[in-house]
Amino acid sequence: MSEIILTPKEQPQVPLEAKNITPDAFAGKTIDEIKELKIWHGNIQVALSEFFDVDGESAENASEMKIIIDGDVYNTKRIGQKMTAGEITVKGNVNMYVGVEMKGGKLTVEGNAASWAGQDMEGGELVIMGNAEDYVGAAYRGDWRGMSGGKITVYGNVGSEIAEYMNGGKMIIKGNVAIMPGVHMNNGVLIIEGNVVARVGGEMAGGTIVVKGVINEFLAGFKYIGVEKEIEVDGETIPGAFYKFKGDHATKGANGTVYAAVAGNGHIVP
Amino acid sequence: MEIVKNVVCPFCGTLCDDIICKVENNEIVGTINACRIGHSKFVHTEGAMRYKKPMIRKDGEFMEISYDEAIDKAAQILAESKRPLMYGWSCTECEAQAVGMELAEETKAVIDNTASVCHGPSVLALQDVGYPICTFGEVKNRADVVVYWGCNPMHAHPRHLSRHVFARGFFRERGRPDRTLIVVDPRESDTAKLADIHLQLDFDRDYELLDAMRAVLLGHEIHYDEVAGIPKELIYEAVEVLKKAQFGILFFGMGITHSRGKHRNIDIAIMMVEDLNDYGKFTLIPMRGHYNVTGFNQVATWQSGYPFCVDFSLGYPRYNPGETGANDQLQNKEADAMMVIASDPGAHFPQRALETMAEIPVIAIEPHRTPTTEMADLIIPPAIVGMEAEGTAYRMEGVPIRMKKVVDSELLSDREILEKIVERVKEIKASK
Amino acid sequence: MEHIIKNGIVYDPLNKIDGEKKDICIRDGKIVDSVNEADANVIDASGKIVMAGGIDPHTHIAGAKVNVGRMYRPEDSKKDVESRLAGKRSGSGFSVPSTFMTGYRYAQMGYTTAMEAAMPPLLSRHTHEEFIDTPIIDHAAYPLFGNNWFVMEYLKEGDVDSCAAYVSWLLKATKGYTIKIVNPAGTEAWAWGGNVHGIHDPAPYFDITAAEIIKGLAEVNEMLGLPHAIHLHCNDLGHPGNYETTLASFDVPKGIKPNPKTGSRDAVLYATHVQFHSYGGTTWRDFVSEAGSIADYVNKNDHLVIDVGQVTLDETTTMTADGPMEYDLHSINGLKWANCDVELETGSGVVPFLYTPGAPVPSVQWAIGMELFLLINDPGKVCLTTDSPNAGPFTRYPRVISWLMSNQYRSNLIENELHKWAQRKSDIATIEREYSFYEIAQVTRSTPAQVLGLSDTKGHLGVGADADVAVYSFNPETQDPSSDYMALEEAIQNATCVLKDGNIVVKDGVVVNIGIHGRTYWIDTQLEEGIYNEVVTDVEKKFKQYYSVNFQNYPVQEEYLPRSTPVNGVML
Repeated sequence: MSEIILTPKEQPQVPLEAKNITPDAFAGKTIDEIKELKIWHGNIQVALSEFFDVDGESAENASEMKIIIDGDVYNTKRIGQKMTAGEITVKGNVNMYVGVEMKGGKLTVEGNAASWAGQDMEGGELVIMGNAEDYVGAAYRGDWRGMSGGKITVYGNVGSEIAEYMNGGKMIIKGNVAIMPGVHMNNGVLIIEGNVVARVGGEMAGGTIVVKGVINEFLAGFKYIGVEKEIEVDGETIPGAFYKFKGDHATKGANGTVYAAVAGNGHIVP
Repeated sequence: MEIVKNVVCPFCGTLCDDIICKVENNEIVGTINACRIGHSKFVHTEGAMRYKKPMIRKDGEFMEISYDEAIDKAAQILAESKRPLMYGWSCTECEAQAVGMELAEETKAVIDNTASVCHGPSVLALQDVGYPICTFGEVKNRADVVVYWGCNPMHAHPRHLSRHVFARGFFRERGRPDRTLIVVDPRESDTAKLADIHLQLDFDRDYELLDAMRAVLLGHEIHYDEVAGIPKELIYEAVEVLKKAQFGILFFGMGITHSRGKHRNIDIAIMMVEDLNDYGKFTLIPMRGHYNVTGFNQVATWQSGYPFCVDFSLGYPRYNPGETGANDQLQNKEADAMMVIASDPGAHFPQRALETMAEIPVIAIEPHRTPTTEMADLIIPPAIVGMEAEGTAYRMEGVPIRMKKVVDSELLSDREILEKIVERVKEIKASK
Repeated sequence: MEHIIKNGIVYDPLNKIDGEKKDICIRDGKIVDSVNEADANVIDASGKIVMAGGIDPHTHIAGAKVNVGRMYRPEDSKKDVESRLAGKRSGSGFSVPSTFMTGYRYAQMGYTTAMEAAMPPLLSRHTHEEFIDTPIIDHAAYPLFGNNWFVMEYLKEGDVDSCAAYVSWLLKATKGYTIKIVNPAGTEAWAWGGNVHGIHDPAPYFDITAAEIIKGLAEVNEMLGLPHAIHLHCNDLGHPGNYETTLASFDVPKGIKPNPKTGSRDAVLYATHVQFHSYGGTTWRDFVSEAGSIADYVNKNDHLVIDVGQVTLDETTTMTADGPMEYDLHSINGLKWANCDVELETGSGVVPFLYTPGAPVPSVQWAIGMELFLLINDPGKVCLTTDSPNAGPFTRYPRVISWLMSNQYRSNLIENELHKWAQRKSDIATIEREYSFYEIAQVTRSTPAQVLGLSDTKGHLGVGADADVAVYSFNPETQDPSSDYMALEEAIQNATCVLKDGNIVVKDGVVVNIGIHGRTYWIDTQLEEGIYNEVVTDVEKKFKQYYSVNFQNYPVQEEYLPRSTPVNGVML
């Protein structure tokens, strides 16, 4: 696999939008051509090289290419937009929309990500080693068809409305979650290893949410089914005992499932 | 003394259009039919200081300049900016807003109105789940169940109750006695005191209550003794009233749009209203604040496809509140220049947003001295729409009404100021 | 400015010109006999098709529900955007484009007139505000009358004269163009959450039926001598088995004498988006096409003109004043539902819809539209529409035209993309008819112009007509649309040259100049004063009690019409 190393120069105050930082956009181009790829600085278009040093070796196909962003790009948005193959590793933080509409390949952020990481994701793998803000793997405004495939893993904590309108794929949050994970979820799997403040699965119609930590507050629209052990989710067995709920019965025809670890969640059982 | 009839009140989203103004020596000296807030707006009793000429800040002090100089300066700032922000728009007329949209497009700016700090959550919710509304007259003529959720019209929209609850309508000949009034509010507000049923829920638990109410509506039981601080029996009772409504209306305000979860509270409220249409008829109306906040959302939508938070930086419209809202732009320190018109973010925005405003050039198109003009580098005073200039405004539920000009003013209107800025920006860009 | 469009192959049905090589001369925005060739701008149309500007008699492009369609579908806006360019505004929206984009996109296809088909009277100022921001195209709006309290009360009392006076007042107050009727009695029932079924089911309280409303308003229409016939959206839209209601509705105004004071229409009924009203069966399971029965009726009767409402097999946004129908649709597809009930007047609803080609019902709906086009013999009785955006966006007209001109295009679609229901439940696969260019010019130009009462100046290229002209790069002498249908679609999507009022607005499919603002046609009837004043007094009294705006603030001011074009009729 060939490697392209992008070393960020100074991150400007007005953010950059760099949807061209993908193996797909780089493939088949020389280093000089890659330097001339356009990114947006506010409302002005500039060459990639204005804000990044570009080094390494290019490849013919995206699948044979790894892009390493060697530094912090906390004010750069849309890295990895629509990528279909290859790899991107960011050795720092990223701004909004990392891996938006991603279809394949692997994208790793070693730092934190701002909101809408993996928005409308269709395939591939997105890994965030730090924290992520709101709307991880959510849908675009107004759309009832959110993340449909692929896998998102966040090692740190996340904000609100993650997996909003999720339609497929898998999301694993190792840390804690604010409110409304899986709101309007229709399908797919959301596994939360930490705690949740409130409103797990609000208005969910389908899909499965597993919470291994503590749910502070729960919704009355869910019906308590009973305790299950060694639950089977997405072909995988999760050890431990879980309270099982079905809902959210606020929604017509709802058939979603929420599992909450028995340990620490006695207060949400009616 | 001259009497001007059928004047439209430039205060709140109720947009009362039956105001009578008494005019003496080109000044409004009295009103009939207006509420106290509307009256004081017409007669300037709030004691506000009015700007008579454009001003620019030089060495920390404001000095008067001509309109031409001010317009040139404003155009220079906007044309040179990489991420200009244009905010406000809710206290001016649609034709001015339309010119504002063109200015935003020309300068590749982000444009946003005060909806983003009031009913923006309602917009996000309606984009997800729909928007079943009606016009005010339907409420007056048909409604037998009226719900006010998270709003206190007795204070914020003073004539709202008299026009929609107490008023007699075609199918509700007795007015108030023909209607059941439900108020949902954690506080014992003056509106709540008038209610037949007051659901005094815990703060920040609107979504929880609505989730339970919807489940009950669909025939499920509540398995907890109380939800959101409301005993389950009272929830069953309230849902029964809603289900039996021949024509129900849900009015909702900032108490629910800005409690925990924001747009999701409205989302689930809208869904409840939709489900209620399986029984009788049920609709909703957001209690919009500024008299023409709705108008901006209309104009922005028909011109760009999006109602607010429109980002023209790439040459075509994009939209994502959370990124492209005025507060997002300021708090994330993206904006590098700001134009404020027909609103007062200096008084209403959070500290973190104000910090950015203090660091970047701020242009204020504003008739009065406000906290925003105190922070501005350039102040351009306009004639006041609805009193000194005419134009269209949209009532909170979307009925467009033409605002009247009652007295004359020597000042340029918002629209004229904006047109001149657009023209000047085009000249600057052409010269580059 | 003078122009001469030289050597084009001209299709101009109102002047009986069928593919003749002919020069078109233009001076001061009008078609003229000749111009001084030395001074005139020469547009070479050799080997190209020349037609009058297209006319869309039924579309949804401006006003409250249209804007809700834009506002509540950011996901639709996002997938189709246009940048700001010199002299051109930006925009967004695939199924419901923003106003500027709407004007540009009609013009790019050679369309120069488009009619907003549903205007709630109380919200008419909104429609006109959007027209101000809709460039190039001439336009008008159709105020809704079919569930109006005044109309229902006057007609219930049998007082057609007062009803006519009221209609004339409202047309003036709203700057409206025709009597639009949508689900008569049904939308009033929807104000209580109900609907009516068929034309003899009375509205609650007002106790008047659709049949009575249609008949009364058809009489009013001819009393007022309006240019257009009553414009009817029948009851029971989209319900399996509704073709019987449709046929019964068609019969209601039969026998009334057409009396237009301008133009030359023969019809007393314009029935819109008939595809949605030609369904047999009793449920979606045994749902079948009844396009044959409908076409048969149209073939045998001369008192009506229809438009089709062709399904284009796209994801789109439905919007209509038929409030109960939209709630039904929302109940079926579960997608977001918008609604607006308008006091004393009307209602509306908006729901997104996916006409997936491989799905059974949309495949049959597509077939039914095509059958109507192909089974009705006289293109003088059919207008081409998609009821945009209801059955698909207007930007698909070039595709609809290509389907009509190519059996091969249709067959490929039927065999490879549509659900087998298209063949099983309709006769579309057995119909080989292909439209000629002359017939296309009829359904997109002459027929709409005539039935709208605008054929003096619109829909043709004779001397005196407005100089609205489209030139398409397709050569009927060397290219066969039956086999070269993709080239045809492309040629119509991006006209080579379009003139509006004698200004070149489009070149090579791109808007180059927006010219002067489009006309707003509206009806300014002359009435006998006694009854008119009596009715206006009655209206003013009821306003105070039941409306939420003041009577004096209701009428749309002239400020909202940048190019006001009143059409005068006379009350008998």
